[in-house]
Amino acid sequence: MWRTWRCLTTRERRRVSSLSSGNGTGWWDHVGPAPKDPILGVTEAFLADPNPEKINLGVGAYRDDEGKPLVLQCVRNAESMISGTEFLESLSSSVSLRLVEESAKLAYGEDSDAIKEQRYAGVLALSGTGACRLFAEFQRRFYPKSHIFLSSPTWSNHHNIWRDAQVPERKFRYYDPDSKGLQFATLIDDIKHVFIEKGMFSCMQNAPDRSFFLLHPCAHNPTGVDPSEEQWREISYQLKKKNHFPFFDMAYQGFASGCLDEDAKAIHIFLDDGHLVGCAQSYAKNMGLYGHRVGCLSVLCADAKQAAAIKSQLQQIARAMYGSPPVHGLLLVSTILTDSKLKRLWKTEIKDMAKRITGMRVVLREKLEKLGSAHNWQHITDQVGMFCFSGLAPEHVDQLAKEFHIYMTHDGRISIAGITSNNVDYVANAIHEVTRSGPKS
Amino acid sequence: MASSMLSLASTSPSSSLSLSDNWKVKTKIGGFGNAFVKTKSFGRTTMAVALNVSRFEGITMAPPDPILGVSEAFRADTNDLKLNLGVGAYRTEELQPYVLNVVKKAENLMLERGENKEYLPIEGLAAFNNVTAQLLFGADNPVIQQGKVATVQGLSGTGSLRLAAALIERYFPGAKVLISSPTWGNHKNIFNDARVPWSEYRYYDPKTVGLDFNGMIDDIKAAPEGSFILLHGCAHNPTGIDPTLEQWEKIADVIQEKNHIPFFDVAYQGFASGSLDEDAASVRLFAARGMELLVAQSYSKNLGLYAERIGAINVVCSSSDAAARVKSQLKRIARPMYSNPPVHGARIVANIVGDPALFKEWKDEMELMAGRIKGVRQKLFNSLSAKDKSGKDWSFILKQIGMFSFTGLNKSQSDNMTNKWHVYMTKDGRISLAGLSLAKCEYLADAIIDSYHNVS
Repeated sequence: MWRTWRCLTTRERRRVSSLSSGNGTGWWDHVGPAPKDPILGVTEAFLADPNPEKINLGVGAYRDDEGKPLVLQCVRNAESMISGTEFLESLSSSVSLRLVEESAKLAYGEDSDAIKEQRYAGVLALSGTGACRLFAEFQRRFYPKSHIFLSSPTWSNHHNIWRDAQVPERKFRYYDPDSKGLQFATLIDDIKHVFIEKGMFSCMQNAPDRSFFLLHPCAHNPTGVDPSEEQWREISYQLKKKNHFPFFDMAYQGFASGCLDEDAKAIHIFLDDGHLVGCAQSYAKNMGLYGHRVGCLSVLCADAKQAAAIKSQLQQIARAMYGSPPVHGLLLVSTILTDSKLKRLWKTEIKDMAKRITGMRVVLREKLEKLGSAHNWQHITDQVGMFCFSGLAPEHVDQLAKEFHIYMTHDGRISIAGITSNNVDYVANAIHEVTRSGPKS
Repeated sequence: MASSMLSLASTSPSSSLSLSDNWKVKTKIGGFGNAFVKTKSFGRTTMAVALNVSRFEGITMAPPDPILGVSEAFRADTNDLKLNLGVGAYRTEELQPYVLNVVKKAENLMLERGENKEYLPIEGLAAFNNVTAQLLFGADNPVIQQGKVATVQGLSGTGSLRLAAALIERYFPGAKVLISSPTWGNHKNIFNDARVPWSEYRYYDPKTVGLDFNGMIDDIKAAPEGSFILLHGCAHNPTGIDPTLEQWEKIADVIQEKNHIPFFDVAYQGFASGSLDEDAASVRLFAARGMELLVAQSYSKNLGLYAERIGAINVVCSSSDAAARVKSQLKRIARPMYSNPPVHGARIVANIVGDPALFKEWKDEMELMAGRIKGVRQKLFNSLSAKDKSGKDWSFILKQIGMFSFTGLNKSQSDNMTNKWHVYMTKDGRISLAGLSLAKCEYLADAIIDSYHNVS
């Protein structure tokens, strides 16, 4: 078994060190192999599979109806426009400021007062992950005793991000596996209290006021289950009563309803209630800029002075981590958001992507029902965004990979974006096969 | 403070809030902007909602970056004679930024191919990882042939250093990193944020404006066994002072003796001598001894890819099995930091280094850039020697290597450079020769001589 350095006795450490004496080897003996990432590891397994029928329904990356990665036309246009521009040492600060502002408008609304009054601290970040990590580090630095409350379940990397930033996590209940929907009453309860299981005993404790809650404003990952507008209002109210800090991770704006503004509705509700929220945004999916790592972190503030202070702190954290985000992606986003024709084109393309996914949901459900599946597949069309939390058990997931070469994450999350007119029959058949003999749901 | 609002919110959750409670609430909060009370009805209870109450009230402005401040001041200066020697970025003789021709070619190729923008694997672009390790160690180096190098693409030098720092913190908790005195300012920030303790080893000798070699050796010897020694592979930043090959051998001796682990920061491969291979000599010397080591690389300067954030962390291990395990752990560190690295810069480097014609062209451009800096050094030295009648030895200008030169000027002298001569540099006496043209050497020589002799 591999153990960390701190687990070794002094004698063992000396022995490990002495292995290195003379020729400096053996330093890394105590370093064990890391487990594969539950999401990105699926892609690795998929790539390693030689079967021509294989399908990757793991990572949340959009595919067109031919199953191919899609580079948006607005992006191709932007790329031609910026080609040859001599941007070197950094993005010019005016371009950078403008891009932050356009991002903030997407989140908080075109007419947001906070933006007009410069009452927000915004920094460009390495996509959604980078934005979350910056915030987690910031949270640790200025609220060292705080926790982060994560929905149960949430994107697996959220756990890693706050853990590596050394912010302990707590859960709030979210997904109801029986209804395959939202367990709203318990969610509200968890905002008011926190449910702690200690071995045989469970107890209710007050969630300490001024806790940090991570919310998905639209297209919840991995469940696809979003609160209704009324439910968001209640959540906002309860969080305000307890003076909790709402942090939004918005990675799929546009993918829930097809409309950017509609998908930011939850955030607007919170703003109306006077919350000063934080928000991580990603352009990976809705602009198809996955590999360019472009995102934004913003924090609403009391006034412009505080905004400047917070921004300076966030930049300082970024400087010791990676410096600044890569310019190529930033230029693409900036070009698209500041050119009205390109921005219009972008919005159309988002609608098309969302429409294709919604269409595939309908087809998949119909096919399963036509096959005579005894299970209830309503959640396929109820859930929104890129993913379907299928309810498939780990055994099913394994069987789908082994026998049918269909890959998904072990929690049964399927990326509908990976389903096409060509493969939907195959996928439906496979799911029907593996679930045939299971208990009715 | 916002306490009046907070006390309202912290009443027990089961109590409902009445209208009368709302009226008791104060409306002015701490003097921060406008705070006013809005009531909202949710059917059952009404509650006063405080606007503009931030929980980050006490956060102060972070100190400005010392180097950026120089550029800002330079921009604000209206004098025609002004010279920016603060910037650590290459400039042409016309003092313009320079996009390498090979980079333009590579980008055009990429544009023509219309490649997709899918996520890279967590460890980065495989083609890039291969060529970057080869560039550093030499393609036929046994450590590469035997699969002993764990290479992970990082966000330039900074990001790669941070990955390594996180690895050290996790697997060698309590182990110290020794950094040179002085060193690049951001080194300390990176290790501080990664919670890795550090201390300094003597390096710069102000008396000789050269290397305090004995001090360096003594301090490395004195460090607790199993420390990480941060070394600049070539073109030391900020001093420009590099050990000779003979000195590198002795440094390797003492590191092995004390069971330390060498940790190279290679941000200027190619900029020291003009030859990519020659500049990797120190790293290769250590690898040839069978030592395990860490190397962070950056393509910011040598390919001019500053803003694309492309670099790598390499860990040379004693076995390919160890390398595989270390690589997997580096991935585990990267995933919660940024998930996977950016694709554009990686493709540019892979295209250039992977194509013999483009690679040759790069090597030629590298020689030109390094050559321009060497030329400027020579002219500056000539001007100083000709103009300064005091007999002071200015040869350190020629001996120092890379983009930077430590002039030996102290803070007030550096201030004089700026205030009287409009020459912008950092307060530690560092000038960036990359920002100097042949045409300005005489002027700079005058400024230096005046500051050195007439200001204390």
